[in-house]
Amino acid sequence: MADLDINDVSMSFVDRSGKELRALDRISLAIEHSEFVCLIGHSGCGKSTLLNIVAGLLTPTSGAIRCAGAVVSGPAPERAMVFQSHALLPWMTCVENVHLAVKQAFRGASRSELMDRAEQALKLVHLEHAIGKYPFEISGGMKQRVGIARAFAVQPKVLLLDEPFGALDALTRSSLQDELVRIVETTKTTVVMVTHDIDEAIFLSDRIVALSNGPAARIGRIWKIETSRPRDRLKLTTDFEGIKYRKEILEFLYKKEPFPQLAS
Amino acid sequence: MLHRLQQPWVASIAIFVGFICIWAWFTTTTSGSGSAADAEYARLAGQSAPGQQASAIPSPWAVALRGYELIAHALDRDNPNNLGIAWHLLYSMGRVALGFTLALAVAVPLGFVLGLWPACYRALDPFIQVLRPVSPLAWMPLALYTFRDSTISTIFIIFICAVWPMLISTATGTASVRAEWLNVSRVFGVPRLEHVTRVVFPASVPMILSGMRISIGIAWFVIVAAEMVGAQSGIGYFIWNEWNNLQIASMIVAIVLVGGIGLALDVILKRIGERLSFRE
Repeated sequence: MADLDINDVSMSFVDRSGKELRALDRISLAIEHSEFVCLIGHSGCGKSTLLNIVAGLLTPTSGAIRCAGAVVSGPAPERAMVFQSHALLPWMTCVENVHLAVKQAFRGASRSELMDRAEQALKLVHLEHAIGKYPFEISGGMKQRVGIARAFAVQPKVLLLDEPFGALDALTRSSLQDELVRIVETTKTTVVMVTHDIDEAIFLSDRIVALSNGPAARIGRIWKIETSRPRDRLKLTTDFEGIKYRKEILEFLYKKEPFPQLAS
Repeated sequence: MLHRLQQPWVASIAIFVGFICIWAWFTTTTSGSGSAADAEYARLAGQSAPGQQASAIPSPWAVALRGYELIAHALDRDNPNNLGIAWHLLYSMGRVALGFTLALAVAVPLGFVLGLWPACYRALDPFIQVLRPVSPLAWMPLALYTFRDSTISTIFIIFICAVWPMLISTATGTASVRAEWLNVSRVFGVPRLEHVTRVVFPASVPMILSGMRISIGIAWFVIVAAEMVGAQSGIGYFIWNEWNNLQIASMIVAIVLVGGIGLALDVILKRIGERLSFRE
């Protein structure tokens, strides 16, 4: 049984003039246990909308999401999320931010046990020195590490990442990608990640799902990334296999599904 | 040397000195060179010349001297008709503190509730919008009639003018917590009570404090007028009393003190705001 089952999901919004806008059109996708799936597509195509539906933050107009067999009816820590804008609460220290999430996931645990879990999660992303610091005292990359620690700390069935590295510089981004790969491999977590970075998608994914352009986006094409793990970032940019995926994805995004403004 | 003179505070001092010079020039020349015409005018108007001189705008040094006298006797209270200026200021500050605290106790919890339940906000909004623009002094006769006590009335006036900015900014702050923070609560399953106390409240603290800062400014603004109408003490009463005695220098000293205290209140609330608000 798939860990996450997206079954015939459509999403429509009603704009101000009362006109119905179809954002997602009958999307079906089954994600296996400990699979890493990246959703890719032009900005505005609805990939973040799809992720928010999986998270339970949005209710689809039709269709359903099943997580480990159970129908999703709202947000829950079993589908923890790493947000694009780190979304740390600025009035809490890093460990308090993680603790707030851990506390809800492990009800009945003692306070010291919860603090322990929160600290362990921060150690997992190499932030033991930032435990008592406030978010404004640490860098953007470190904030996103706390966001990742918070999501892993609740031991989710499926981890959702919404362009988590979009605001970071290239070097910080690669080190966080390495960090993510390491943790996902040890915890065997199922991951769904939204990104617009093709190299990032190839480096991280088992499967890349490209959405067609909105409105009424559908699944355009799926690539299975067969490259063996652990993957070498440098080799991926020079090896035939890596180049092939890159070329195909670029072709899909720029030829078959060009950005609407470029096509007209 | 030159770039030191370009510092803003150098310009501030220059403006101040310039202002004093102009003030001194006007107040000394009108009583000196124009005295003949003034005396004639005074006779035509049926006034005596010395009386006319006493009511003219005093020179800066006269005001400074009067300021020194007032401050030297600031703490006098042996004679109820001759209360020191410090006591008047204390009375005013006490009334502001009481009215402001009452307003705070009503506005923040109520604003919080209105922010959490937008339907309540919409239901109460017409009343807020009608009551808010009413000049606080318009309440004065009604307050005096209802409470039959001038001190309670002035405190009520302070309450009624301080309550609106705090109420509206608390409600707005509570209702406009960033979506990403609300999503954190939803995704990680933070229960309602903890969500309200640990997410919504800290997120709206900066708005609550900016509402408090606006309110304390308005309260200090209004106390002077309220005390002119309905009090036997306080700095507003003092200014009005000095006007009746034609003590222009005392009035100017009082105006400067009112301004200074208003500034101090604002700075204190700004500091408190910086300490209690989160940083990003």
